[in-house]
Amino acid sequence: MTASSASPEVLSELDRPNSYIGKVVPRPNLERLMQGRGLYVSDVELPRMAHVVFLRSPYAHAKITNIDATEARRMPGVIAIVTGEQLAAVITPWVGVLSHLKGLKSAPQHAIAIDRVCWQGEAVAAIVATNRAVAEDAAEIVRVEYEELDPVTDMRTALDAETPVIHASLGDNLAFERNLDAGTVDAAFAGSDEVVEAEFVFGRHTGVTLEPRAVVADWNAAETRLTIYQGTQAPHMVQNLAALHLGLEESQVRVVCKDVGGSFGIKVHIYADEMATYALSKLLRRPIKFVADRVESFNTDIHARDHRCKGRIGVCRDGTIMAFEIDDLTGIGPYSMYPRTSAIEANQVVNLVGGPYVTKNYRARARVVFQNKNVMCQYRAVGHPIACSVTEGLVDLAAAKIGMDPIEIRRRNLIADDAYPCASPSGLRFERLSHHAAMNKLMAMMQYDALRAEQTALRKQNIHRGIGIASFIEVTNPSAAFYGVGGARISSQDGVAVRLDAQGSVVCQTSITEQGQGSESLTAQIVGSVLGVSMARVRVILGDTDNTPYGGGTWASRGAGIGGEAALQAAKALRKNILDVAAAILQSSAAELDISNNAVVNADDGATRIELRELARIVYFRPDTLPPGIQPELMATRHFVPREYPFAFTNGVQASWLEVDIDTGFVRLLRHWVVEDCGTIINPQLVDEQIRGGVVQGLGAALFEKCIYDERGQLTNANMADYLVPMSGEMPDIDVEHVVSPTLETELGAKGAGEAGTAGAAAAVANAVNDALKPFGTIITEIPLTPQVILAALGRI
Amino acid sequence: MKGLMPISLLVNGERVEAHVLPRLNLADFLRENLQLTGTHVGCEHGVCGACTVRVNGDIVRSCLMLAVQAQGASVQTIEGLSDSGEVADLQAAFRDRNALQCGYCTPGMLMAAQDLLKQRTDLDRARIREHLSGNYCRCTGYQAIIDAVETTARARMGRKP
Repeated sequence: MTASSASPEVLSELDRPNSYIGKVVPRPNLERLMQGRGLYVSDVELPRMAHVVFLRSPYAHAKITNIDATEARRMPGVIAIVTGEQLAAVITPWVGVLSHLKGLKSAPQHAIAIDRVCWQGEAVAAIVATNRAVAEDAAEIVRVEYEELDPVTDMRTALDAETPVIHASLGDNLAFERNLDAGTVDAAFAGSDEVVEAEFVFGRHTGVTLEPRAVVADWNAAETRLTIYQGTQAPHMVQNLAALHLGLEESQVRVVCKDVGGSFGIKVHIYADEMATYALSKLLRRPIKFVADRVESFNTDIHARDHRCKGRIGVCRDGTIMAFEIDDLTGIGPYSMYPRTSAIEANQVVNLVGGPYVTKNYRARARVVFQNKNVMCQYRAVGHPIACSVTEGLVDLAAAKIGMDPIEIRRRNLIADDAYPCASPSGLRFERLSHHAAMNKLMAMMQYDALRAEQTALRKQNIHRGIGIASFIEVTNPSAAFYGVGGARISSQDGVAVRLDAQGSVVCQTSITEQGQGSESLTAQIVGSVLGVSMARVRVILGDTDNTPYGGGTWASRGAGIGGEAALQAAKALRKNILDVAAAILQSSAAELDISNNAVVNADDGATRIELRELARIVYFRPDTLPPGIQPELMATRHFVPREYPFAFTNGVQASWLEVDIDTGFVRLLRHWVVEDCGTIINPQLVDEQIRGGVVQGLGAALFEKCIYDERGQLTNANMADYLVPMSGEMPDIDVEHVVSPTLETELGAKGAGEAGTAGAAAAVANAVNDALKPFGTIITEIPLTPQVILAALGRI
Repeated sequence: MKGLMPISLLVNGERVEAHVLPRLNLADFLRENLQLTGTHVGCEHGVCGACTVRVNGDIVRSCLMLAVQAQGASVQTIEGLSDSGEVADLQAAFRDRNALQCGYCTPGMLMAAQDLLKQRTDLDRARIREHLSGNYCRCTGYQAIIDAVETTARARMGRKP
């Protein structure tokens, strides 16, 4: 069933009188955030709390020959200055590999560097003081002597014989390589009328969460228990790793995650400085707070997308795409990140290229190399923007080569909407996608033909506008296939516990987390709908390993699809329990009863039989009045993990309409359209805002964002003034619509939506810029599309 | 402590007397000395706008102003604007439009938007986008924020005689 609707009207038995599913309702947690009464980690203060500042390497690659902190230790307010060697007594090193990424290798990484630093920004000492300013003063007079080593910075030469090997024990600088050869690629290229190729270059960029990474670690030596306050997307993962490397049981670690000031994948990893903060708390037996400053954020928050990908496409004159081939190269810094590894993005690129299209002929090579720059790892829409830009860039090049409209070539090659289930050449299984329905909707939204006419008319006035299209697929609802099978203790299942309290209100504890997506809201919407309880009477607790079921958290577009289904099943179980008790009290049967508007009612005429408040009073305070043998269970817990499909793929298409100033090279974004299909929509407004926010992060990558390193491995724009992010003045309005193809793997039918915007935005913009520049015979396959890049391509500078 | 300077100022209408180091910026003073943690620190060099507060009626980047410079001033933070009800309609518009996700930029965004709305209410989207360009938001893509400010502007204009 593929319905086509912006806000689905038909929702089976979920569409009850109290249904909030599919409706726009305000998020319950907004008031505290708007009034400045949230609690971000940077706001947390604890008794005896000290502050840590990390002294970081100014070199990309160097031996540490001496650290002299004698003078700094004497400064008033300084509590301790700890080196990597000293900290290694309380915390063990780690290696960021996963067994299902065959051949992936990395070197042991320490919480604080020992003997050698491998990127500019790696911590060499921790300075702990009564406040941050004192710690920073002390850091300035810690004397570290370095012997500079040759840095490996250019990924293109990282594997050359004359390039130094960063980790001698690994033998070379190759972290991971994957090769794929599906179908009959050589024959397909030979049978093509045209073969087009290009090299696509992607700037290294980062998430720039507005709240920097922050952690407060509180080792209670009396309880022998560590409480970690951290803005993380995956509290149970943090619990597991902190325990593992500090030599504790997981029961000795509690992770609390209150409000989080942006995450986007940046806060789904474990960073060395966070590990160091946990260890310092244990070592010094007091709470320690670490809040990265903005320069540290740029130098240590994971970067992403630094890829150079050669692509080739074979096409026939009738528009049939015969084959895709790619050769992708990416540099990930000196270590594979822990625990999710830095091979996932390249692996995703191999998986996703050509994904929307019919052709089964696909060859790919991806190589992941070490270099002396900051670590790279998973950031929102991991691999998708690369795969989408390469695929959609090639499709546009092929269309231009054979003189076909970009829409027409896509229509002739996108997988048909009735061809499901089916699989991609790389083995991805698609349950149900809706490329053609999405494309049709997009055409209507953007009024494609009228826009083309406008473009033609404006060309005559020397105004150069372009239209760019990008179809995409998105990985959502990941099963254990993502990390679990590779040996990482990152849960792919989530749990929700729902209980009726003594006043008939509902408390639910969920293992998914909230960083602004609306996890609290969607959980309350689902639980309220299923139970027949108004949302105002549903309170959601999340982000605390002591007080929620075990689960994965919120990342990889999984919160609604997996955590939402667990919430639905838990609420159904509680509903049954409530009706059983009600039947006993009312001398009726559960089948004759329903719950609506906070009361048990007759299923047939809806007449109120007993308020939930009264039922709860009887159960909790007058159980003596219940019939013999009745033991009410007004709490139910359910867990869910996808088993049938490794991932619930979604799809969509984006379009960009923009103007290029050929004299200045500036790009003005005029409009942006998105049609996507995330299955059942729980809250249309939240989904649309996820899409819009995701698009704008993709637009940042397309036009502005780039971590600029020099040849010595120095990051030259590590501040918000020099590293450009999208501002409100230059962003367009973004129109979002949906096609709805629910997954049948769950009763809820929801797939993820958090990364769709980011997946295709840059591809749409790059194609639009090339479309605008068509009269000049220039093709640009590099992002960000800065004025410099555009003017250089036009031969004007 | 050596070098401490006495300051006296009004914060959200309350008289505050303190001794601070000359180097302490206003954002840290509000957050650490007064525990007014609604003022957020994002970039610490005046770019992102998360620390925007009002000083003597004008919005400033509290990370770029020293606490001692606020001597004798009247400072208003998001806590004060919320409690007085001055931005209740704007907050309601943000809530209805989901114009915030993580909420970290939101106090500064509300401060900047209210600054614009106090100047004028005949606002088009381009003018709103321009005024808010000094306040970064990484979550929303801005459109919902622009919508909420536009809605508030229209409502306030309608209320004028």
